[in-house]
Amino acid sequence: MNVKELVEIVEGNVLNPQVSLKHELKGGCGADLMSDVLASVKPDAVLLTGLCNVQVVRTAQMADVRAIVFVRGKMPQPDTIELATREGIPLITSPFGMFELCGRLYRAGLSSLEDPVIN
Amino acid sequence: MASLQELQGRKGRVITDKDAREISRVEELSYDLKISEVMTRDVKTVSPEMPMSSVLEILRVNRISGTPVLENENLVGVLSIEDLVRCMEKNELHVPVHQYMSRAIVSVNAYDSVVKAIETFSTHRKGRLPVVDENGKLVGIITKGDITRGILSALQRDYHEEELRRYRASHLFEDITSDRTSLILRYDIKPRDYTNGGQASSYIKRALLRLGATPQLARQCGIAIYEAEMNLIIHTDHGGVIRVQIEPHRILMQTTDDGPGIADVDKALTPGWSTATQEVRDMGFGAGMGLVNIQRCVDKMTLDSSPGKGTKLLMEIILRPEERFKEIEDPETAP
Repeated sequence: MNVKELVEIVEGNVLNPQVSLKHELKGGCGADLMSDVLASVKPDAVLLTGLCNVQVVRTAQMADVRAIVFVRGKMPQPDTIELATREGIPLITSPFGMFELCGRLYRAGLSSLEDPVIN
Repeated sequence: MASLQELQGRKGRVITDKDAREISRVEELSYDLKISEVMTRDVKTVSPEMPMSSVLEILRVNRISGTPVLENENLVGVLSIEDLVRCMEKNELHVPVHQYMSRAIVSVNAYDSVVKAIETFSTHRKGRLPVVDENGKLVGIITKGDITRGILSALQRDYHEEELRRYRASHLFEDITSDRTSLILRYDIKPRDYTNGGQASSYIKRALLRLGATPQLARQCGIAIYEAEMNLIIHTDHGGVIRVQIEPHRILMQTTDDGPGIADVDKALTPGWSTATQEVRDMGFGAGMGLVNIQRCVDKMTLDSSPGKGTKLLMEIILRPEERFKEIEDPETAP
């Protein structure tokens, strides 16, 4: 599924439409703790999160996350959107909660890109 | 996208991997670029009552092969060079434009993607298309040439710039002869500077990619140094310094600060253990996974710290043979 298709499934709004939505997503990851994302996510995932500061974008950039969906209609600050636009990462806001969104995407065929963390 | 390849004049050429990558970027650009960004704004127009002889003159002087016809600023038709030829065959250059113009107007919207114009060109076999705004008013004209120029200049802007940088940087270690070459990057990190947190890491990751690192290697280093950078921002009294030493066969990353230092290093390495404040946790950090994450990403991590003195974190990644930065094969014979 590419980012454009994902936007339809989550009934989302793209906050930086100037960024390309053609990237292919290999799976998803849902988390609010950025270290969890950094610890577990494999490359080319979409990140679902309730956190909306600039660190989400930085985390995405480091972990090769290809798109970020903000759950429950959350809106990031303009500086976050600006950074994401510069880095070419699409930001999407969806009215639904984390559980609903994970469910919708999983049902649509998107698998988990979360590695189990084994200590 | 055959029509695009025709525009680019690539037809019949053997397409190499490099070309294929550029074509897909061209394709992407044709979606990203808006018609308004590539169209010609200075449009020569004619009126329906103008004699055909004047149109001939306008086309000749401006070296164009067609023009929109406007009546009271409304687009009412298009006159092409084919219409003019028909008129000249009949020797009717004195008649008004409206007798020869085409009233079936095929136009495109200024806010549409360039790909829309490409599709319209291939379905309607037109040489140029009038561009209208949301109110149907003429705002420009677009030809295949405009599209090619627009895409090429956009390619030059973003893609080639990055490619060129990458090309230059990836030969760095090859171009310099020494017994042991290393490139050192340094960044000063301010305490509590959450807004810029991760910027240094982002620069480091980009630098590694430009030097020719594999995406996997750049990601590993990026994650490790980002966690370390956030630690400097979150925990230190006066910030600290990131130092990255890139060598053909290894990458050595190091953060240094002057306090407060870690009281119990073993505890700090326990997954889930954290001293972070609620403010930091609200930002998604302080889960007590930072050092654990770093350990997972690097081959060797050394944490040296004592309260009151400060902390030194050393991270080393030994590059696998296929990951190594290219060097001159035999320095002895190098010029």
